[in-house]
Amino acid sequence: MLRKSVIFTAITMAALAISLAGCGTAGSNGVVKSTQNASGTAGASGANTLTGAGSTFDYPFFNKAFYVYGQANNVRVNYQSIGSGGGIEQFIQDTVNFGASDVPMNSSEVAKAQSAHGPVVQIPITLGAEAIAYNLPTVKQQLKFTPDVLAGIYLGKITKWNDPQISAINPGVNLPNIPIVVVHRSDGSGTTYIFTDYLSNVSPNWAQKVGKGKSVNWPVGIGGKGNEAVAEIIRNTVGAIGYVELAYALQTNMTYGLVKNKAGNYVAPSVKTVQAAAATKPNISPTDFSIVNAPGADSYPICGYSWVLLYQNQKDQATKTALVKLFTWMEGDGQKQAASVDYVPLPSNVEQTALTSLNSLK
Amino acid sequence: MTSMDMTKAVHWRKTKNRIFFGIIVILTVVCVLPLFMILGYVVYRALPGFSMGFFTRLPAPTGIPGGMANAIVGTLEIVAVASIISLPFGLGAGLFLSETRAVKIQSFIRFLTDVLSGTPSIVIGLLAYALIVAPMGNFSGFAGSIALAILMIPTIARTSEQVLRLVPVSLREAALALGATRVQVWMRVVIPTALSGILTGFLLAVSRALGETAPLLFTALGNQFWAKSFFAPMAALPLQVFVYAISPYKDWQQEAWAGALTLVLIALVLNVLARLIGRTKR
Amino acid sequence: MKRIGDKIGQTVIWMTAAVIVLLMLLFLVMLTTESGLSIQRFSWRFLVTSTWDPVHLIFGALPFLYGTVVTSVFAIIFAGIVGIPSAVFLVYVAGNRLRTWLGALIELLAAIPSVVYGLWGLFVLVPWLQNTGEPFLAKTLGFLPLFRGMPVGVGYLAAGIILSIMILPTITSLTRDILLTVPNELHEGAYALGATSYEMIRSVVLPYARTGIIGALMLALGRAFGETIAVTMVIGNRPEISGSLFSPGYTMASVIANEFTEATSQIYLSSLYEVGLVLLIFTVVFYALARLLVARMMTYRKGGASE
Repeated sequence: MLRKSVIFTAITMAALAISLAGCGTAGSNGVVKSTQNASGTAGASGANTLTGAGSTFDYPFFNKAFYVYGQANNVRVNYQSIGSGGGIEQFIQDTVNFGASDVPMNSSEVAKAQSAHGPVVQIPITLGAEAIAYNLPTVKQQLKFTPDVLAGIYLGKITKWNDPQISAINPGVNLPNIPIVVVHRSDGSGTTYIFTDYLSNVSPNWAQKVGKGKSVNWPVGIGGKGNEAVAEIIRNTVGAIGYVELAYALQTNMTYGLVKNKAGNYVAPSVKTVQAAAATKPNISPTDFSIVNAPGADSYPICGYSWVLLYQNQKDQATKTALVKLFTWMEGDGQKQAASVDYVPLPSNVEQTALTSLNSLK
Repeated sequence: MTSMDMTKAVHWRKTKNRIFFGIIVILTVVCVLPLFMILGYVVYRALPGFSMGFFTRLPAPTGIPGGMANAIVGTLEIVAVASIISLPFGLGAGLFLSETRAVKIQSFIRFLTDVLSGTPSIVIGLLAYALIVAPMGNFSGFAGSIALAILMIPTIARTSEQVLRLVPVSLREAALALGATRVQVWMRVVIPTALSGILTGFLLAVSRALGETAPLLFTALGNQFWAKSFFAPMAALPLQVFVYAISPYKDWQQEAWAGALTLVLIALVLNVLARLIGRTKR
Repeated sequence: MKRIGDKIGQTVIWMTAAVIVLLMLLFLVMLTTESGLSIQRFSWRFLVTSTWDPVHLIFGALPFLYGTVVTSVFAIIFAGIVGIPSAVFLVYVAGNRLRTWLGALIELLAAIPSVVYGLWGLFVLVPWLQNTGEPFLAKTLGFLPLFRGMPVGVGYLAAGIILSIMILPTITSLTRDILLTVPNELHEGAYALGATSYEMIRSVVLPYARTGIIGALMLALGRAFGETIAVTMVIGNRPEISGSLFSPGYTMASVIANEFTEATSQIYLSSLYEVGLVLLIFTVVFYALARLLVARMMTYRKGGASE
């Protein structure tokens, strides 16, 4: 028994020691260095830790941007990706300073938040796009897809790669006679929302049968948890097709196709084409935010926004100042950080809309 | 039976014996094989990411060298506290189950313990959220410890019960005959005798707790930086590994594997230490 | 004075056991209250509907129930077949040193994070199954409905295998410990009667250790029911019931893990909680049945540690 109590005491001591040490070294060997420059004066009225939670999609971009911001200002922003649903819930519970969600809060969520903590401000923060990735080692050319073909594949109507509908739009390509293995996301995600929003927009059949959402009742296909799983399944299965976040497709060198946009052009997903789509609708709002199948010659049709949630009434001035400062920067210079992680910066007209909303914070 | 038949019968029995042990050996190899495959794979993916920097730096965005220092310390703290909380409750429950003569209650509680062990870790996280995070108003390493403790208790209880039961009655009776109280019998005789088995159960529970992600999602939340205190959001290795592993960036994925190997190494060290301590007791 | 101290000590012990009761009650309360909305809307149909439609808000738990049962049963059978003999090896064949080190090695499997199992499964097991394992099974055992359909790697088989590996350390370590407690008199008695090692183990040791081993299996099964992340990465996540192990499937724990953090409508969340409740009730029913079975077995045999 003596041994045991010795062990326990040792462990408790160690735990205490570590937590004290942890607090002590905070800021000194951490990545965020405490700066001695002029912005230190903001410390007098600025809060220097902010917490946010929500969308996993936003995570890499936020991570980079908040780090850069933290280097220049004496503020630490801790953002954790627990999912958009989690972000909305924690925002409503007010356990975080801001939430992030791929789909803005709907009316009942807004009502809940509002009744508890006052009016809600939702601002667009970044753009996401989906690449249509596939695995056909024998096909050297980049495949073209039309809305009808994509809907047909995901509805289970088109089951073979050499289906006449596919070969009609890809003349000269030798499509193999193998089954199409449809892959989709199994976890609820903004990525799925954007994709199903697109399919609902272009296919009345899909809209009626399946609809749009972060999770849907897929007529066919295998579900992979996260982009990683979807990408891996596609990589390993000849004949597979699936939708992945653009950053993912670019970082991992996946083969993806061209999609026909509303204007009739086949476009590839890229920063340019996504921004073009977003710019056609500068006055987006939390109630009218879909930009799938956007008009415009260069627009990529499968993309959408991600949102940050804030309360208009902040409990103390310090937090309010810090939040406004952070997100003003995020909507301006912060967007420059997006490209370095393969995210798409907001077009300037949308930035303006966001900044106007931000100024309503009291 | 003639002596010829006898020899044949014996021969057949010996052959059965050999076949049996042959199968046993094969199955043991099968048992150990996945370990080597998986560990081997983890080591293969993780080694390039192992560096001093990994253990001392804080997480950084992709493209900038980072590390998991805070997550390593966070995991150690959270699991340590979870162990301290779960061991007395688990062992106490195990003792209760092995000692009580109220058969119906014993059966009922054993039943509940089994059911508790089958609860998905994410549901346990949700309960910890409702019990600790919501009333407190913020996430914390402490809530994470509570969630992990709930996870660990059934394993410790059941395994302790099994080994405590097997302590011979004669030992207990001898102690009682010498005038010991029941509690003294437990503390001085029963538990020490069963210590090795209790340790196994405890280690299994700790090992599992080290690698659990889901219970920590809504309790410890995670943190880019050093936690302000144990009662604030705290980083943990499985969380960090999970987030990085599913990201598209090669450097983050590399760090995820390094983190995974770190977890396994921590478990290995704990296992070895505990075994050494347990052994010297004899 | 001693008596009072003793009484206090005993009460404290009894209270720690009460905590388990308390926890279970809390779970029950939490899950039931949160599932309220879903129970109201779907009632018993929830258990027999195969649709899971978050857009049209129609939810049914049947495919998940099926998936949990299939993967867990597979896992316990395989892990039992591999783990128990391995424990026998550790105790009766291995020398002291080998036993310690090999045992520690097997226990190490328990420390590998679930997410790593999932990733290994995804990167190594699934491609292998897709290209080698499943085609092989289809060729040799394809006449069974279990092994039909197109091999995509992900599915019940992949999930079952991963689960087996995950619960192996539990079964092996615990069985080893139980076997180590078999009194020497039993071994020696059997040998004295001229038994071979095999006969001794079969007729003397195993019956003695039977209850303990079943306890270990039960504990391991508990983990299999609730395993979330590793399974969800390799099971294909398709809420569909299929007789073939090659098909993608879905388990109760997986659907909660996949969709909980993103679910935002009330009825959706409520249905997910109800899946959790169904899992809880399923576990209860399962253990109850298992106990009845064990009790039946015990009446045919005497001896061994009594339940």
